Amino acid sequence: MTALAARRRSPLASVVLVLLGLIVTGVAYAALAPGRAGAAETPEQQIAAGHALFLANCATCHGIDATGRGDAPSLVGVGAASVDFQVGTGRMPLERTAPQAPQAGVHFTPEEIAALSAYVASLGPGPGIPSADAVDPAKGDASRGAAIFRTNCAMCHNFAGKGGALTRGKYAPNLDGTTPTHIYEAMVTGPQSMPVFSDQTITPQDKRDIIAYLKTTEEQPSPGGFSLGFVGPVNEGLVAFVVGVASLIGCAVWLGSKSS
Amino acid sequence: MSANTPVPQHDSPGREVLSADRGTALPVRFENPGLVPHRHRMADVDPKAAKRAERQVATLFAISALGTLLTLVAYFSIKFDTPMSFMEHMARTRLSTTLLGIGLTMALFGLGAGAVHWAKTLMPDEERVEDRHLQRGSDADRRDAVGILKEGAAESGLGRRPLIRNSLIGALALVPLPALAFLRDTGPMPGNNLSTTMWKAGLKLLSDPQGAPVKAADLRLGSVVHIVPEGLNEVPDYLEEKAKSAVLVIRLDPALLDPVSVPGSYEGIVAYSKICTHMGCPVALYEQQTHHLLCPCHQSTFDVTQNCKVIFGPAKRNLPQLPITVDADGYLVAKSGFHEAVGPSFWERG
Repeated sequence: MTALAARRRSPLASVVLVLLGLIVTGVAYAALAPGRAGAAETPEQQIAAGHALFLANCATCHGIDATGRGDAPSLVGVGAASVDFQVGTGRMPLERTAPQAPQAGVHFTPEEIAALSAYVASLGPGPGIPSADAVDPAKGDASRGAAIFRTNCAMCHNFAGKGGALTRGKYAPNLDGTTPTHIYEAMVTGPQSMPVFSDQTITPQDKRDIIAYLKTTEEQPSPGGFSLGFVGPVNEGLVAFVVGVASLIGCAVWLGSKSS
Repeated sequence: MSANTPVPQHDSPGREVLSADRGTALPVRFENPGLVPHRHRMADVDPKAAKRAERQVATLFAISALGTLLTLVAYFSIKFDTPMSFMEHMARTRLSTTLLGIGLTMALFGLGAGAVHWAKTLMPDEERVEDRHLQRGSDADRRDAVGILKEGAAESGLGRRPLIRNSLIGALALVPLPALAFLRDTGPMPGNNLSTTMWKAGLKLLSDPQGAPVKAADLRLGSVVHIVPEGLNEVPDYLEEKAKSAVLVIRLDPALLDPVSVPGSYEGIVAYSKICTHMGCPVALYEQQTHHLLCPCHQSTFDVTQNCKVIFGPAKRNLPQLPITVDADGYLVAKSGFHEAVGPSFWERG
């Protein structure tokens, strides 16, 4: 018997054969299967693609015509900004029922989110997705944004945007890591418990200043060293007592004790 | 003295012990327990332990010296004399502060810890007894003290010179008067400050902090605007006035409004005082979907669709509504002032 014939009879031969089959099939599929639709599509194609995605993913709760069913609100007139925010941050499709829709994993590609936004925008006029210029933190005045944030937003989101509690399990989330576009869209659409801050009451320039403030706070090193979560005096008091006073008590005990 | 009277006896200088007759339940005397038996430290007994203690003390002093060195190096090497960005400056400040702090802590704590450890382990630690002397002075001292006081009184001549005495009493009586006069600075009396705000008919509602007037048409369903009255910046007691007249404007579906609040509303837009009726915190956490206003301090919750009735929490009264309407240009203006005092309860509120 030749060496090859002997190896064919080895117990590992079947495993190798299966692996080979899988690899060949996978490579052939990847090479030969049709790719995704390109980004260069007409608006009508985008809306149609969005409609298809909507029917597959959203219609069960929001209704086939998006006019709402039960707890799911009507999407007519919410605008592209709402969809870009809700789907782009992973709040929609709703992962689980809870006091408020949690921010979960994003299930769609940016092209799909754009298609969904275009479809919902076509249902009725509503807030649009802001331009990159409108949300550029470098163009905003962080200190003016801080004043506006402090009056309008800090009572729910904390003075540094670290989040806060509302009633019965609802909460205002931590704003760290949220993109400037999503921050703008949240302000303009008022998702869930958040009120609406339309462009006439907080102007686009005001919104850009708020974004500049939030990004500055997020990026700059905390001047005092440990930020302790930016919660303020409670944490600082805790550290002062647990670390500071405990050390002082330890020192006092050591001073008064007899040496061995 | 009968045989049953307790007789003071001196046990040791300064200590008296009352002894009763034998045959009663009390013991005759309490034995002086004396000192705790002396416990020798390792450094007293074992010369190697003493050497080890010495090395430990020296190490602590060495840490202190290192700390001083670290402080000096950090101070002179982290420089701020070149122009740099705000972020870079802040990062460098943090580094400098951290290193200076650590260095100084090592320097000072090392010295202290070394000294304490030296005293505890190596310095003599035998107990010594110091007798406590009587608190009461000797009779001779007491007589001398009284004599000095009497002599001083006589020498002052107050008794012989009534003019001095009387003018002194007169001057002393007048001295407290400025203190009483300064009590005026605790005023002025509030008058009706607690019951009224600067809101009156025709005042525009301006957004806080931008100060822009608000058009009714600019508010979408679910909009919230923080409001201060027109002319707030010109009043002399600007902060006190803002603390009373802050208002929150909310737009709701008019069908949801309580009929009581409808006359003071405009097409679903309502304005309520932002000052909590419990302890005065700003109630501004508006939950759009439930129409609840939450106060962050003690969690009083007000339902905007029931004229801001309290539905949870320690507050007991609704938030006062500011009646609003629009002027000819469509800007929101107050229809009148508040119909009741804003904020927490106070005695004269009734």
